[in-house]
Amino acid sequence: MNPDLIRIAQSNQWFAIFPEIQLGCLALALLIVEMILPKKEHESISYLSIAGQLGILVGVLINYRTVFLGETTFGGMLQHSASGQFMRVFFILTSIFVTLLGMVAFKKQKLPRVEFFHIVLVVTAAMMLLAQSNHFVMFFVALETVTVGFYILVGYFRNNPLSLEAGLKYLITGALSSAILLFGIVLLYGVAGDKTLPGHTSASLNFSALSDFLAANPGNFLASVGIVFVISGVAFKIGAVPFQIWIPDVYQGAPTPVTAFLAVGSKAAGFAVLMIFAQVFVAYRGLVEPLLAVLAAATIILGNLGALTQHNVKRLMGLSGVSHAGYLMLGVIASYHVPQAADAVYFYLVVYLCASFAVFGVMTHLAGENDADQEIEHYADLAREKPVLGAILAIGLGSLAGIPPLAGFIGKLFIFIPAYKAGLYWLLAVAIVGVVLSIYYYFGWIKAAYFTSRTTKLEVEAAIPPMHHEINPAFGSVLVVLALFSVLLGVYQAPLMAWIATLHY
Amino acid sequence: MTHLPFDLLFLSIATPLAAALVIALGLPKQWATKIAYIGFSLPALIAVYLWMQFSAAHQVDTYAFKNVYDTGLSSLGIKLTLGLNGISLPLFVLAGLVGLAAGLYAIQSGAERLNLYLTLLLVMQGGLMGVFASVDVFYFYFFHELALIPTFIMVGIWGGRDRSYAAMKMTIYLTLGAMLSLIGLIAIYVKSGAETFDLITLRHELLANPLPAFAQKNIFGLLMFGFGILVSLWPLHTWAPVGYGAAPTSAAMLHAGVLKKFGLYGLIQIVLPLLPLGIGSWTWVLTALALGNVLIIGLVTIAQRDLKQMVGYSSVMHMGYAFLGVAAFSIMGAGGVVLMMVAHGFSVALLFLLSTSIYHRTQTFDLGQMGGLAQKTPVLAAFFVAATFASIGLPGFANFWGELAIFVSLWKLSPWVTAGAVAGVIISAIYGLRAAANIFFGQPTTEFARIAEQKPIVDLRWSEKLPALVLLIALLFVGFWPKSISTPLNAALQTIYPAATSAVAVK
Repeated sequence: MNPDLIRIAQSNQWFAIFPEIQLGCLALALLIVEMILPKKEHESISYLSIAGQLGILVGVLINYRTVFLGETTFGGMLQHSASGQFMRVFFILTSIFVTLLGMVAFKKQKLPRVEFFHIVLVVTAAMMLLAQSNHFVMFFVALETVTVGFYILVGYFRNNPLSLEAGLKYLITGALSSAILLFGIVLLYGVAGDKTLPGHTSASLNFSALSDFLAANPGNFLASVGIVFVISGVAFKIGAVPFQIWIPDVYQGAPTPVTAFLAVGSKAAGFAVLMIFAQVFVAYRGLVEPLLAVLAAATIILGNLGALTQHNVKRLMGLSGVSHAGYLMLGVIASYHVPQAADAVYFYLVVYLCASFAVFGVMTHLAGENDADQEIEHYADLAREKPVLGAILAIGLGSLAGIPPLAGFIGKLFIFIPAYKAGLYWLLAVAIVGVVLSIYYYFGWIKAAYFTSRTTKLEVEAAIPPMHHEINPAFGSVLVVLALFSVLLGVYQAPLMAWIATLHY
Repeated sequence: MTHLPFDLLFLSIATPLAAALVIALGLPKQWATKIAYIGFSLPALIAVYLWMQFSAAHQVDTYAFKNVYDTGLSSLGIKLTLGLNGISLPLFVLAGLVGLAAGLYAIQSGAERLNLYLTLLLVMQGGLMGVFASVDVFYFYFFHELALIPTFIMVGIWGGRDRSYAAMKMTIYLTLGAMLSLIGLIAIYVKSGAETFDLITLRHELLANPLPAFAQKNIFGLLMFGFGILVSLWPLHTWAPVGYGAAPTSAAMLHAGVLKKFGLYGLIQIVLPLLPLGIGSWTWVLTALALGNVLIIGLVTIAQRDLKQMVGYSSVMHMGYAFLGVAAFSIMGAGGVVLMMVAHGFSVALLFLLSTSIYHRTQTFDLGQMGGLAQKTPVLAAFFVAATFASIGLPGFANFWGELAIFVSLWKLSPWVTAGAVAGVIISAIYGLRAAANIFFGQPTTEFARIAEQKPIVDLRWSEKLPALVLLIALLFVGFWPKSISTPLNAALQTIYPAATSAVAVK
């Protein structure tokens, strides 16, 4: 037998991807349970899903210091790193919250629901693999699994034309970005295989081999084009300008839990990958850095300007999420100069998760039957009628806006300090303008919830749906916990910072 | 070391915050007000007690009562460090006493949704005590923001005319100012190489290795405009009259009286000592803008017909004196600014309080519609006239000493600037005395007489008199015995402003 094959077969350490396998099995188990259970019991499947995910989360945490840390498995397909473990935990948490939001959202829809929970699990497993990939084939397969899963999820509310439209838009733009990404990968592969170049290799789909080749050939034109294309593909995932164009329509049309999944999960996956590529392409940082800097500046400005005029809160969250991608890119750029900037990116992601799910939770709860129709005006009198939801919304939005003492402020501070150290003065100036702009629309939303009363609005718009759903106590307490974390991480960061400090070694 | 059983400074910050938390959990109204009394009065008592103890207390690097707490950011050089020096002590007392007055007034005000109102006001109070008790620059900023957010919400919910617009405008302006200052403070943190936000360490580090003049100039400019927006430096002041015009009384008292002083305090305590070469390039810019505050806004104030707007504009105008004192860059100038801040804090809070009291009796803020109120409300008239005299800067009130020190220090800068500044006193005498005359003396208008018939006008009630007395006594105390503030202040400034740097600053 071919000795290479034997070597690869020996490196197939299935236990290394045990959490991903568990998620896949859980996803399949949900489908089987659906067949067995009578129809009226189907609601309990979502509880099963959450219980299973909590079990997997505990498993990952117990086995956090896995023996595979620092190893590559599956013939170099996967690289198990501390940051990969961190992102695994992050994605399982994301998935649990999305499932919770799904439970609330599906109460208002007459649609089959089990497939939704099934696909969320599959996408989550793929995101976890994505964050640990060390090979373009692994990377592309995982990325496509995520993207194809989202094609279905975005169009899931099929009785709503906006959801279908969003699904189609996401399909077309997603396919385009995949094509660009693939073209970039092929270019890099082709250049690296050129026998006339020093350090040429046929294994250049592997990230470490590619990194070595790039270091041996600085300034190669074709490789530069390939790198730009690969980064463009990732920019689509994180919603950076000029690949943000799909965001408002897709975020509005997609079911709110899916919007949250896109905003947190998909974006975080994009950043996990961007952090990996930033290191793989380190020999070309003369190209990557200015490229990211221009993208970051444009992303912050256009995201905030776009969000200024939105009345639909889903579009607003989408465009403000674009600007958050810009702040995070600032951290990625700074990480070339100041290692602590990478910590700041992870910290920001956690803060962003807490705040976003708090806000999306309130949105899901308040959404009417038409999920796409969620306007700022609908939030009038929220604080008076539902003070707890009002407070959660205010804390979540305040944290996103970066107002002390909330966690979002510390997140931005952690990014601004290394960015200043790295000498990114003009980007900082742009970021500050962005933060001030963002105050306007976040505050406008809080204003609607706190200062506007429904009675005065009613004469103008009689069509505002009343908010009389009762809060599910479990769901409500999860939102309260998320809001508490947004406050807690603003005043006491020691445990999370200590955890994040272990990510680089 | 003073032998205190527990950290009083920490207590002064934690009590209002804890009280806010307890009230927010949903207490019945009668319990909430009792908790609020504790939340407002304890910080004031602590402030006065520490003021009396200060001269006897053991001081390290000008700071007394120092305590350090680790909140998990020590890897970034951030620790919650509390302490008072001669510069922060007067402002700490100011925060405690104005907080007490604003709190007493708020508890009795019978505002709608009183529990929420008291919660926000207590958070603000906790933040204010924190700003002036912090030795760590990060927490200095952090507590300022903590106090600032409730202001926006209070303006938005309980504000008067145009509250929505005012809240939005304040939020955007003040966030911009805060963000610029934040970047300036980060710049000091990074450029100093000390990797800490601890003010004492930063000062030692920058004294040994000063930043290059170019860097000092740029960072100073950033902080001057950042803090300038927060203190309503002309022409970046436009949020202030709108905001104060709309703000509910207690919020306006705390913001105009205390919170706004954050920026000036930052300039005096942090920026000038750390970046002594920075001001050289900006002296004339700052002087010109500050004269804009005094003269242009002064004239605008004269043109006001609305009492609350007039008080709002006058507070913007008086900030011009403080900026002039900063521009003079001398120990006397800086000392004058601190005295002025304290005096102005008490007097403007008193004026806001009394304006609302007047409104409750006349149902209007329009100066043209009032008249002859003194016949019915002699006590209110006496308070208002006293507050106006204080605001003009008559001897006997605290304001006099602050303005005097600033004028004297300005002479070294340029006699012409002094002349301009002194002209401001005449301006404030014109609008102040005219307002007092319009409201309290002369004949009531027919419109006003009709209101008076419908609802009999009573004199100041105790719920209004008590907070007003706290402020007036403080004004007179400092006015007659300025040494109680100026002795520790002078000692701190002598240490922090090295004679060598202050001598070369003014050219």
